[in-house]
Amino acid sequence: MQTNNTKVGLAKPEPLSHKVHLDFPLLLGLMALMLVSLVVVYSASGENIAMVKRQALNIFLSFVAMVIAAQFSPTFLRRWAFSFFIVGVGLLVATLLFGHVGKGAQRWIDLGVAKFQPSEAMKLILPIMIAHYITSYSLPAKLKNVSVGALLIAIPVFLIYRQPDLGTSILVASAGVFALFLAGMSWKVISSLFISIIPFSLMMWYFFLHEYQRSRVLTFLNPESDPLGSGYHIIQSKIAIGSGGLEGKGWLNGTQSQLEFLPERHTDFIFSVLSEEFGLIGVIVLLSIYLFVIARCLYIANNAQEPFSKVLSGAITLTFFVYLFVNIGMVSGLLPVVGVPLPLVSYGGTSMITLMSGFGIIMGIHTHRQFNR
Amino acid sequence: MFSRNRPPIRNPAAENALFKRRAIIAFAGVIVLLFLLISNLYNIQVNSYETYKTQANGNRIKVIPIAPNRGLIYDRNGIVLAENKPNYSLELIPEEIKNLPDTINKIAAILELTADEKDNFLSTVNKQRRFKSITLKSRLTPTEVAQISVYLHALPGVSIEARLRRFYPYGESLTHTLGYVARLNKKDQEKITRDGEDAIYKATRDIGRLGIEKYYQKLLHGLPGYKEIEVNNRGRVVRVLNEVLPIHGEDLYLNLDIRLQEKAYKELAGRRGAVVAVDPNNGAVLAMVSSPSYDPNLFVHGISRDNYKKLLSKDKPLINRATMGTYPPASTIKQLMGLAALEAHVIDEHTTISDPGWYKLPNVERKFRDHLAWGHGVVDIFRAMKKSCDTYFYDVANKLGIDRISEFMDKFGFGHYSGIDIHEEKRAIMPSRQWKRDRHNQPWYAGDTISLGIGQSYWTTTPIQLVDATAIVAASGKRFTPQILGASLGNNGLLQLPANDKPSIVLTNDAHWGIVQKGMHQVVNSPGGTAYRVFKGAKYVSAGKTGTAQLISIAEDEEYDADKINERHRDNAMYVGYAPFDNPQIAITVVVENAGGGGSRAAPLARKIFDVYLNDKPKTKQPEKIVTNIAMAQSDREVKNANE
Repeated sequence: MQTNNTKVGLAKPEPLSHKVHLDFPLLLGLMALMLVSLVVVYSASGENIAMVKRQALNIFLSFVAMVIAAQFSPTFLRRWAFSFFIVGVGLLVATLLFGHVGKGAQRWIDLGVAKFQPSEAMKLILPIMIAHYITSYSLPAKLKNVSVGALLIAIPVFLIYRQPDLGTSILVASAGVFALFLAGMSWKVISSLFISIIPFSLMMWYFFLHEYQRSRVLTFLNPESDPLGSGYHIIQSKIAIGSGGLEGKGWLNGTQSQLEFLPERHTDFIFSVLSEEFGLIGVIVLLSIYLFVIARCLYIANNAQEPFSKVLSGAITLTFFVYLFVNIGMVSGLLPVVGVPLPLVSYGGTSMITLMSGFGIIMGIHTHRQFNR
Repeated sequence: MFSRNRPPIRNPAAENALFKRRAIIAFAGVIVLLFLLISNLYNIQVNSYETYKTQANGNRIKVIPIAPNRGLIYDRNGIVLAENKPNYSLELIPEEIKNLPDTINKIAAILELTADEKDNFLSTVNKQRRFKSITLKSRLTPTEVAQISVYLHALPGVSIEARLRRFYPYGESLTHTLGYVARLNKKDQEKITRDGEDAIYKATRDIGRLGIEKYYQKLLHGLPGYKEIEVNNRGRVVRVLNEVLPIHGEDLYLNLDIRLQEKAYKELAGRRGAVVAVDPNNGAVLAMVSSPSYDPNLFVHGISRDNYKKLLSKDKPLINRATMGTYPPASTIKQLMGLAALEAHVIDEHTTISDPGWYKLPNVERKFRDHLAWGHGVVDIFRAMKKSCDTYFYDVANKLGIDRISEFMDKFGFGHYSGIDIHEEKRAIMPSRQWKRDRHNQPWYAGDTISLGIGQSYWTTTPIQLVDATAIVAASGKRFTPQILGASLGNNGLLQLPANDKPSIVLTNDAHWGIVQKGMHQVVNSPGGTAYRVFKGAKYVSAGKTGTAQLISIAEDEEYDADKINERHRDNAMYVGYAPFDNPQIAITVVVENAGGGGSRAAPLARKIFDVYLNDKPKTKQPEKIVTNIAMAQSDREVKNANE
C-alpha cells in the first residue's frame, strides 16, 4: 500500500486543492478539451460568435456543476445511492408516460422553466448504484451479486432504450457494466457473455431494433448503398476526415464543413470538422488530451481509499472513454451512427454538464480521502 | 438485497490488488482501442488522402432550390382576388461590408429606418452565414427605390431585391373566406418536417394561414425547381450548371361572386354579423362575409403588435362568423320544424290551432309566450309561418318530442360540420337527450322541447349550416357540400370541381316540400307576411323566413323593450331565403347581431344581395379547356410524375 494513509502521524497541512475539492491536473486536461471545443465550434458553426458564446455559457455551467459535484463525499453518495436510483427510475418511467417529444423521441420532462432529461442523470446514478451495491459484498463479486447488478442495470437501460435513445442506453449500460467489471466479475462470466452476444444481437435485430436503427446499421455496413439518405452522413464525414490529410486544411478552411456538406457539424460530427481542418496531427493531439484525462482519472481511482470509490471513479472514467470511442468510431466509419456526442467538445450543454458532474465526483473522491493525523 | 450480514472478513489488500489488476486491464484496453482509432484515421487521412481530397474538391456543386410562384385566386367572373406583386426590399450581405454600423447609418440617412427594422436586421446577422443576404427594409416605395439606387455604387454589399408578395385587392371583405399568407414560422416548419415536405418548401417564404389560402395551400403552392451551381471553396457562386424550373402553383377560380361579397360587406358595415349565399343546385358558395373584418394585407408582411392588439377587441374581428359564429336559429327553422311535423304525421296542411298568445304544458304553471301578446287567433301551418306564430310551433315541437326533432334536424346537417372547404368551422349544437346528459348531466325536460319549436333553448347553428338547410328546402331535398372553390387552372388546364353531392333527403311524401315552400313563399309574397314589405317590387319571386333570436330570457310577464336593454343583449336579426321561387339560383342566410327584428333588419340585406345576383348578370369569362372530372385529371398528373 503506497497510499498516503500509511504515513501515520504526519500532520500535513491540507493542500488548497483538497479544501476546494478539485484536482488541478485533471482540471487542466478538461480545460484543454473545452478550449478545443470553442475553437472548433466557431469554425463548425460558420464563424458564428453567438454560438460560441452559448457554448462558453455551457462550459461555465458545467464547471459550476463539477464544482458542486466535487463537494459530495463518497460516503454521502453511498448513503443516497439507493434513493437516487429509485427517483431516477421513477423519472424515466414518468418520461415515457408524459415526456416531451423532441426530435421524435421522448427524452425530456417539461418542468415549466426548463426541460430535464432524466436519462442524463442516470449516466451518473447507475454507476453510483452499482458500485454501492457490488462493493457492499466482499470482492471479487460473486456470480449471484453480478446477476442482481445486471438486473439493476437492465431496468434503466431498457427504459431509456424505449424512449427511444440507443446512444444514451449504450452509455448508461456501459457505466453499469464497467462497475461490475472493475468489481472483479469473473472472467468466465465475461467470456460467456461475449459468446452469447451473437444470438442476442440476432434477437435484438429481429425483435427490438426500431426501423431507423436498422437502417443505421445497414448503412453502416454499406454506406454507399444509400448515398442520399442515411449513408450520406458517413460518406461526407469520411470525405471530410480523409481530405484533411496529415496537417489539415487549416482553421476555418475546411471545405466540407464550411460549405455545409457535413451534417450536424457542430454536434455529433464535430470530430470530422476537427480532422478536416487540423489533420491527423490535430487528431493525435486531441486524443492525447483524452488519454491524459483518462490516465489521471484511473490514477485517482487506484488511489481511492475504499472499493466503492475505486469502482465508481473507474466506471465513470471508462464510460467517458466509451463516449469518445463510439463518437470517433462512428464518424470515421468504424461503428454505426448512434447519436453520441464527442465528449466535452461537441456543442451542447446537457451531456457536458453530466460529464463534468462525473469528473466532479471523481475529484471529490480524490480530495475527500481521510488521512491519519 | 442489501444484506446487513456481510461476510465478516474482507481482505482490503486483496481487493485493492484486484481493482488494480482490473484497472490496468481496462487501461490497456483503452490504449488498444485508441490505437485502433488512430490506425483507422491514419488509413483514411494518410493512405486514402488523395482519394478523399479529390472527392472533397468535387464537392463543389450545390443545389439551390427555386420557389414556385403562388397561384392566383379569382372569383367566379374572373376578377382577381389574390395576386402576387413585386415587392422591393433592401438587402445586405454582411461579408461584403467592412463596417456594418457605418453602412446602416449611411442608409438611414437616405431612407427612414425604424428601430424595429434595425433590431430585426442585427439579430439576424448573428444567426446567418455571413455571405447570405439579409433583409434590412422591405416594402420599399418606388421613391425609396429611386433614392437608394443613386447611392448603391457607394454601398458595397447593399442591393435591392424584387420578390413577389401576396396582395389582396379587395382587402377586408374577403379576409375570412380567402384567408391570407404569412411568413413561414417555426411551427409551420415543424409541421412541414413532420409531413416530410421539407423538399417542397425549401425555397418558400410564405404559407397560407387561413381560409382558402390555407385549405388549398398545396394546390396554390406548386413545386419548387432548383439550380445546380458551382461554388468556390468559400461558398460563392462560380457558375450555374443546370436549372430546372419550378412548377408554379395553380390558379384557383372560386365560386364567390365578388359583387355579392362586397355588397354584403358594405351592408354589414359597422355591425357584427354574417351573410352566406350558396347556389342550391350545386352547393357553390356565392358569398361568405363576416363582419367586422380586418385587412389581410397586414399579415402578409408580418403584423405589428399594435395592429394585432386592435384585432383582439370584443367585436372579435378574427372570428369567421359565417362558419364559427354559433347563433340560436330562432324562427328561421320553423319551416323545418313544420316539415318534421308533417313527416311524423303530427300535423297536416289543414291542422289548425287556436293561439291565445301563449302556450302551456298541462300541469305546468309556466306560460310560453308568443311574440304577439294577444295571439294570432286560428292558425294553420301557412299562417303560422307567414306570421311566424310561436304558439303553433310550441305545440308542434311538443307533439314531436325531442327525439324526433333532433333526429330530423340531424339530417339537415345541424350539429355537424358542413364540410365547407376552409378549416375554420364549428359544429354548433343540435341538442338531444344524450347531449344534455353528457354536457349538463341533466335529464331532458319537456319545457326544453317547447323552446326548440322556435329555435331557442340549447339549439345553436352557424350561418353556413342555416344556408345549407335552406338550400336543401329550396332544392326539395337535394344536398350538396358547400364549396368555395369552383375550378383550378394548372398545367393540366382548367379543372372544374364537380359539385359534391350527398345523399338526398327523401320524404315520405314529396308534397311536404311543397307545403313548406309555400309557407316560405307566403312570408315574402302574401300581404302581412313578415318579409312582405321588404321584398315588395322585386323583379323576381323569392321565398324566405325571418327570425328574431332572443339572447336573454325575458320573464313571463315582462315586455321586451329594446331601448332598455344593453346593446349586446338585443335580439339578433336573422333571415333565410332563396330566389327565384320556381327555379332557385341562390339561397341565403343573413345574421345581424343585436340589430333587432329579422324582418326589418336582416331581410333587406338579403333582398339587396338577390337584386345584385339576379338582376344584373355579369359577363362570365369562361376559360377554354374544361376537364370536368378533377379526380381523373389528378390521376393523370400522378402518372405523369411517375414517368418523369
